[in-house]
Amino acid sequence: MFNLTLARKKVIWAYIFLAIPIVFFAYFRIYPTIFAFQMSLYDWNPLAEEQEFVGTGNYEELFEDLGKERSATRKAFENTALYIIIGMPAQLLLALAIALMLNEIRFLSSFYRVLFFLPFVTSTIAIAWVFRILYERQGFINTMLEAFSLPTQPFLLSPNQALFSITAMVVWQGLGFAVIIFLAGLKQIPRIYYEAAEIDGATRWQSFWRITFPLLNPSIVYLVVLQSISFLRMFAPVYAMTVQGSGGPLNSTTTVVLRVVREAFDSNNYGYAATLTVVLFVIILVITVLQLRLTSRQID
Amino acid sequence: MATLQRSSVFKEPSRQTVRSRRGWGYRALSYAVLTILGLTMLIPFLWMISTSFKPLSEILIPRFMPIEPTLDNYRYVLTETELPRWYLNSIIVALISTISVAFFDSLAGYVFAKYRFPGKRIIFVVFLSSLMVPTEMLIIPWFIMSANPVVGGTWIDTYWGIAFPGVITAAGIFLMRQFMQGVPDELLDAARIDGVNEFGLFWRVAVPLSLPAIGALCIFNFLGNWNAFIWPLIITSQREMMTLPVGLQFFSTESGSDWHLIMTGASLSVVPLLIVVIIFQRYIIEGIALTGLKG
Repeated sequence: MFNLTLARKKVIWAYIFLAIPIVFFAYFRIYPTIFAFQMSLYDWNPLAEEQEFVGTGNYEELFEDLGKERSATRKAFENTALYIIIGMPAQLLLALAIALMLNEIRFLSSFYRVLFFLPFVTSTIAIAWVFRILYERQGFINTMLEAFSLPTQPFLLSPNQALFSITAMVVWQGLGFAVIIFLAGLKQIPRIYYEAAEIDGATRWQSFWRITFPLLNPSIVYLVVLQSISFLRMFAPVYAMTVQGSGGPLNSTTTVVLRVVREAFDSNNYGYAATLTVVLFVIILVITVLQLRLTSRQID
Repeated sequence: MATLQRSSVFKEPSRQTVRSRRGWGYRALSYAVLTILGLTMLIPFLWMISTSFKPLSEILIPRFMPIEPTLDNYRYVLTETELPRWYLNSIIVALISTISVAFFDSLAGYVFAKYRFPGKRIIFVVFLSSLMVPTEMLIIPWFIMSANPVVGGTWIDTYWGIAFPGVITAAGIFLMRQFMQGVPDELLDAARIDGVNEFGLFWRVAVPLSLPAIGALCIFNFLGNWNAFIWPLIITSQREMMTLPVGLQFFSTESGSDWHLIMTGASLSVVPLLIVVIIFQRYIIEGIALTGLKG
C-alpha cells in the first residue's frame, strides 16, 4: 500500500520536474522544426500579409538553381562539398600525426597538448580576423614568403585561393579537438599488444597498421562524422573572412548556411531559405544514420 | 560514483618497457615536429598581441616586436568603442544560459536516471533526437517567433532573445543522466525515509554528488555561449545589445585597415578567456575526452 502511493507520487514528481524541459523542447525545438518544413512549402515572405502556398515550388527552384552553371546556390553546395573534402581529411591526418607524436613523448607533453588545444576554445570571429590580417598583401605570411624570396600570394583576394585560405584557418582552429579525441582513443589501446608485437619482431609501421589503426577505428568514425557535419554547417569563418561577409570573391567561398542567412535576412526569401535548411537537415540525418549503422556493425 | 575526476583519461600508463628499448630517434623527431607545429599554433596569437601594442605608423613594418610599444590602442578601444558593453552582454548571456543549463539539465538528467514513469522512453528519445536538427534550420522560425512572441513584446535585442535557444540542452541532459545513474539508490531511499522531499533528494543528495559533472557542463556551456555567433548575429540589431563576437565583427568591418585596433579588440576578447582555459585546461580536456562533446 505504502509502495503503491510512493510509486504514484514519484510519477507525479517526475512530470513536475520535467514540465519546463518538456515545454521548452516542444516549443523551441520541435515546433520550429515543423515550422521550417512548413515554411519550405510556402513562398514565405515576412513582409507579406498572407503566405502563398507553393507546394514543392521551392524545391523545384532549388534543383533548377543546382543545374545552373553560375548560380550562387550551386556554388554554395560545391564549396561546402570542397570544404568537407579538403578540410576534414587534412584535419584528421594532422591531428592523428600530432596525437601519435604526443603519445610518444612524456616531457612537456601536457604543455604541447594545451598549445594545440588553445585555438579550439577561442572565438572563431576573433581568430578569423587575426588570420584575415595575417593573409593581407603586406601581412605576416606574405612578409615571410618575401623573406624566403618566394612570390607573394593574394590569398583571400583570389577566387582560386580564398577557399583554401579559409579552410586552413578552420583546420588550424579545430585541430585541438580532434587531437584530444585521438589521444583518448590511443590511451585505450592496451600496451601489451605493442609489446607482444615487438617480441614477434613487428616494425613500428606494422604495429601502426595492424594494431593502432584498427583499434582507433571508433575514434576515426566519430571524428569523420562530427567534423564533416561541422564543415557542412560552416558559416562564421566565411562571414568574418570575406568582404562584407559576402562569401566572395565571386562567391568562391560562399557556403550553404551563408546562403540561408542571405536569402532569409537580406532578401526576405524565407521560403527558399527554409528549403535550403531542410536539405541540410536531410544530409546531416543521412550522415548520422550511416554512422549509427557503421558503429553498430562494429559492436556485432 | 562516476565522476570526472576519478576516471582520469590521461593518467600516464607505465610504458617504460616499450619506450626504453625503442630508439630515441622517434622521440627526437616527435619533439622537433611538435615544436614546429606548436609554433604555428602560437604565431597567430603572438602576432595579434604584438600588433595590439603597435602604433598606427608601425603596423606595416614587418617586425614582430613593436618599436615603440603603446597602450593607446587599449585606451581607445576601451573608452571610445562599445567593446566594454559587448563584454558585459556576453557575460550576462553566458551566465543566464549556464545557470539555467546547470539547473534544468541536471534536474531532467536526474529524473531520467532515477524515476520510472509512463512515457519516459519516448520523452527521452524525442529530447535526444532534437540534437539531429541543426541550429541553422531553427534560426528562421526562431526569428519569426521572437519578432512576435506569445508573451511580452519583441524578443529582438533582448538578453532573453539571445539566450533562449540555449537555456536547456539535450546533450547536457544526456550527460547528466549518465552521471546521475551513478548516484546510489540506497542513499536516495535512506534520505527519503528520513523525510527529505523529492526536490530535496535532487538538490541535497544527487547534485552534491554530481558536482564534477555539473562543473564540466558549465564550462562547456559557458565557452559555447561565449563564442556563439550565428544566432546572436541575427537576433541583435542595436549595437548596445550585441555580444562580443558580433560586436567584434562589426567593429572590425568598420575599422577597415586599422589593424592595430582590430587586433586590440581581438586580444581583449581572446586573452582573458585563454587565461581561464589554461588554468582549467586539464579539467576541460578530460571533459572533452570523456564525453566527446564539442563545447
